[in-house]
Amino acid sequence: MKTTKLMKGAALGALLAASAQVAPALAQDSVYFANNAYRTGPFSGSGIPIGDGMRDYITMINERDGGVNGVKVVYEECETGYDTKKSIECYEQAKSKNTILYSPWSTGATLAAIPRAHIDKIPILSMAYGLSASADGTNFPWVFIPPFTYWDGASLMVKHMAAELGGMDKLKGKKLGLIHLDAPFGKEPIPVLENLAKKYGFELKIYPVAAADMQNQGSLWLSIRRDRPDYLYNQGWGAMNPTAVKEAIKNNFPINKLVGVWWAGGDDDARAGGPEAKGYKSLNLNAAGTNFPVIQDIQKYVVEKGKSLAAKEKVGENLYNRGVYNSMLVVEAMRNAQKLTGKKVINAEDMRRGLESLNITEARLKEIGMEGFATPTTISCTDHSGHSKAYVAEWDGTKWTKPGDWLEPLKDEVRPLIEANAKDYVEKATGWPKRTEPCEKSS
Amino acid sequence: MFYREAGQFKSTYSADMAVFPLRQDRIGIAVILALAFIGVPLIGNDFFISSVMIPFLVFSLAAIGLNILTGYTGLISLGTAAFMGVGAYAAYKLTTAFPGINIIVLVLVSGLFSAAIGVLFGLPSLRIKGFYLAVATLAAQFFLQWAFVRVPWLFNYNASGAIEVPQRTLFGFPITGASASPETRYFVCLVLVVGLTWFASNLVHGKLGRSWMAVRDMDIAAELMGIKLLNAKLTAFAVSSFYAGVAGAMMIFFWYGGGEAADVFNIRLSFNILFMVIIGGLGSLIGSFFGAAFIASLPTILKFGLPALGVPLSGAAAEHVTFMLVGALIITFLIVEPHGLARLWQIGKQKLRTWPFPY
Amino acid sequence: MSDVAARPAPNLLAKGWVKSGLIFIAVVAAAILGAQFDDSGTLYKVFIDPFQQMVQAPDLLAQTIWEGLVSGVLYALIALGFVLIFKASGVFNFAQGIMVVFAALTLVGLYEKGVPAFLAVILTLGVMFVLAVTIERVVLRPLVNQPDIILFMATFGITYFLIGFGEALFGGSPKQMIADQLWLPKGAIDLKLFGGLVSLQKIDIAAAVIASIMIAALAAFFQYTRIGRALRAVADSHKAALSVGISLNQIWVIVWFTAGIVALITGIMWGARSDVSFALEIVALKALPVLILGGFTSIPGAIVGGLIIGIGEKMGEFYWGPLIGGGIESWLAYFIALGFLLFRPQGLFGDKIIERI
Repeated sequence: MKTTKLMKGAALGALLAASAQVAPALAQDSVYFANNAYRTGPFSGSGIPIGDGMRDYITMINERDGGVNGVKVVYEECETGYDTKKSIECYEQAKSKNTILYSPWSTGATLAAIPRAHIDKIPILSMAYGLSASADGTNFPWVFIPPFTYWDGASLMVKHMAAELGGMDKLKGKKLGLIHLDAPFGKEPIPVLENLAKKYGFELKIYPVAAADMQNQGSLWLSIRRDRPDYLYNQGWGAMNPTAVKEAIKNNFPINKLVGVWWAGGDDDARAGGPEAKGYKSLNLNAAGTNFPVIQDIQKYVVEKGKSLAAKEKVGENLYNRGVYNSMLVVEAMRNAQKLTGKKVINAEDMRRGLESLNITEARLKEIGMEGFATPTTISCTDHSGHSKAYVAEWDGTKWTKPGDWLEPLKDEVRPLIEANAKDYVEKATGWPKRTEPCEKSS
Repeated sequence: MFYREAGQFKSTYSADMAVFPLRQDRIGIAVILALAFIGVPLIGNDFFISSVMIPFLVFSLAAIGLNILTGYTGLISLGTAAFMGVGAYAAYKLTTAFPGINIIVLVLVSGLFSAAIGVLFGLPSLRIKGFYLAVATLAAQFFLQWAFVRVPWLFNYNASGAIEVPQRTLFGFPITGASASPETRYFVCLVLVVGLTWFASNLVHGKLGRSWMAVRDMDIAAELMGIKLLNAKLTAFAVSSFYAGVAGAMMIFFWYGGGEAADVFNIRLSFNILFMVIIGGLGSLIGSFFGAAFIASLPTILKFGLPALGVPLSGAAAEHVTFMLVGALIITFLIVEPHGLARLWQIGKQKLRTWPFPY
Repeated sequence: MSDVAARPAPNLLAKGWVKSGLIFIAVVAAAILGAQFDDSGTLYKVFIDPFQQMVQAPDLLAQTIWEGLVSGVLYALIALGFVLIFKASGVFNFAQGIMVVFAALTLVGLYEKGVPAFLAVILTLGVMFVLAVTIERVVLRPLVNQPDIILFMATFGITYFLIGFGEALFGGSPKQMIADQLWLPKGAIDLKLFGGLVSLQKIDIAAAVIASIMIAALAAFFQYTRIGRALRAVADSHKAALSVGISLNQIWVIVWFTAGIVALITGIMWGARSDVSFALEIVALKALPVLILGGFTSIPGAIVGGLIIGIGEKMGEFYWGPLIGGGIESWLAYFIALGFLLFRPQGLFGDKIIERI
């Protein structure tokens, strides 16, 4: 009895000590990159393909090239379950292990990490999610939000609507509905849409979905039936998306007028609607499919060697490829940082410089096997987003296709709003550090 | 042998009624406090302090709050997280409206707002009991959480809908905001928790506490004995919500440092705090600390401790194992000792008293 | 020992004027709240406009009521799982939500392994039976005679375990419910009614029918079989039941298994409406207001409660929700239930709470 108690105590003590002393034993020629993942919990359906894509691209770089210019990337996932509390733990963990980059993978986690990152000097890469205002590099030197923000997304939605109607002037008198998750993530597009509605004279209807009612949207779709919006923009996530697609079909809403934000473009989201989901649209920043050299390399070096966690047929799905795209940004920023500093093993501050002058050109995309996979993106000292182009993807019943061309967001509408909001944020957070990091001379 | 009251005579009534009548207990408390104030900041690294200790303190305070309601007064509430949220939003509104007033004062004041809301949602308790009341308090949980998202005044019309914690200082040291070091934040939390625990201990050992316990044991009997149910139940709701509110404000200001607060105070948190109270021990202040350590800190320690010890687990698999382990441990503990960890602690003390003799 | 049976708990709210005063305050508060969110004619928007809408567009009203009816039946189905276990063992089973997920995942997982759909259903039932036996052996038996709240806590332990176990086994990816393979109908019946279109989903009709059959079967089972009588005896008094030779352990296995069957059907129905993932766990929360409204111990209560909540929340959200920004469905159900509870603290059909000193 006594001894077992003692042993229990000792074990607990050892655990405590171990959790307190996590010192990474990194070899000289490697850098550590911690990525938040959520392979568990209610949002795991979206989290798994993303995590797989990110993991596989880094593994492929390590396997094929022996790392980034010979420096291996030690990739580690920290499980968050899409829970802000856990992601804060993950942030602290990543910090104590000297990660070169924090990749929050949830808007809540990004919001919580932004103030810390400025003090701890760890760059945050929130790829097309997070705080839209953080695209202002002058006030948020440590946060990066390529290739565009939710506000760009909202402007793209309006542009898409105008394009289908035949011009911006045709927007007058039309109705746009916004279905959104009733959380800060979901509410992001509202200010931009309100501005644009005023400017172009269309009506904006807002339909919030509480997290508890994600799979229970009956009354919301009744309201949609009553209001008869011409287009619907779905800023949803997780189980909310397949339910929205199914409800749209059920309520005879023309499915080709339902456009999801890029996070509503999972293969599983659309597949839930069955054959009737054909024509469902989603904004997109990466191409789906395996018909790219980069994906084929992943298949060759990672998947076929059994080093991937993803099922074979899931490789090349939309969200998987998005994970690949995110990892590509990380790797390219590393390369850039190595070039700028002349060091091989970079640290977090070098990484920030690398991200800030990241310039992914068409030629570079071709070199890394991503021609047509994404569009060029340029990040600058003031513009941490790039406001790059996106396209409207369409579900053809079995896979995502790219029927139209790349569209440019309404940067002129979005940018002033970003700057005003960034200023507002910094003013409210008294004691916000002034930017001291010098800008790179153009690269 | 060493833990025994032999030779300690009480010559006054107040000595007899002391909370810790044994000298050894007093020494023990002093040692624990010394360890908390000096030992932890010296030994622990930043990760340990900010991800294990601060959450532990915050949840302990919330659990004490709920324990006053559930453990001492016998009213089950599933709205604790929402009351915590009221505290957090009140503190945010107050500090942005009166930036000159010290944040610690404001955190305590925000508890009063939470107490007021708590009394309002406590009114049904005069009529409804048991699990019916538990589910009725969910009304508070869902309504308030909805209000946190829907009423932009609460988060000062921020476009992101999140609350940003401004930097506030105490004696020139930043204690909130990102530039506050984990140690400073830990000290502030510790002082608040120790102070409020002392206050709670006085409350539950006093007249009010006794009337609560009478209501818990049988409210009709208590009423017949002249205890006003209205007062007893509503004060329990008020005090409980006050503690929850302070804990919520601490959570956002000293731990999270801002962010998507509406999402933080969700139903899952309410459940977790109830379970801390049950597994720690109903009607026991020290049990609240045990419960918080078990439900809040254990998963974190397992998740980050196991891989560091060399157990080859990572990512999702670790999460699955943690979930299963915590579930199994909850059931095991309940079977071994349904009265909670506090009871185990008491049994341990009793054993120690007679040690090395069996009786 | 004096019996104060009929006495409503504390006397405060029993007085008519306090009651009406509270209602008055609530109405005034709602009006003030409404005025805050809106510029003009709040009272008009609250009291007149929604009814005008109902009259002007009766097809939408019919559709709303139908949607409410269907979700009400589905809520009732989940609530039924809770009621069964609470009745027979006094356990407020927090794990019902995860049991729904677990059952649905097992079914889909087996099908994906190549098991024919209907065989998979039978195998899933087997799994649920094993689960019931395990829970009885490992959790309930050692905890017999403990206070309710401890048993409640234990079901939380089960929830944690099943989340970890289920995810380790099936992974977290969402799966499609095999609705077609189970011969569940698809498509909709569009009725031309009141000059508009009311569309009834066949799957919803099927859900309503299956849920009704399920409820009727359970009611008959409770009423007319030997096991059913034993179940009711256990619900009345554990000790008395034991003394006449009813095996508590056996009864518990049976109710947990029945709750498992209910969970499977719930999982199929909700899964067919969206998809099968761990997010379905949240759906169980929708059953809680139904429970307190109908009473924890009453099967008819679960049904009536489900219908009231379902229709009430859909109507509320559709007609009054937009006034305060929408999304009120999440808490409206609780307020409806709370309103009923103030008058009947044990729910509409719950056993009268008898308190003795």
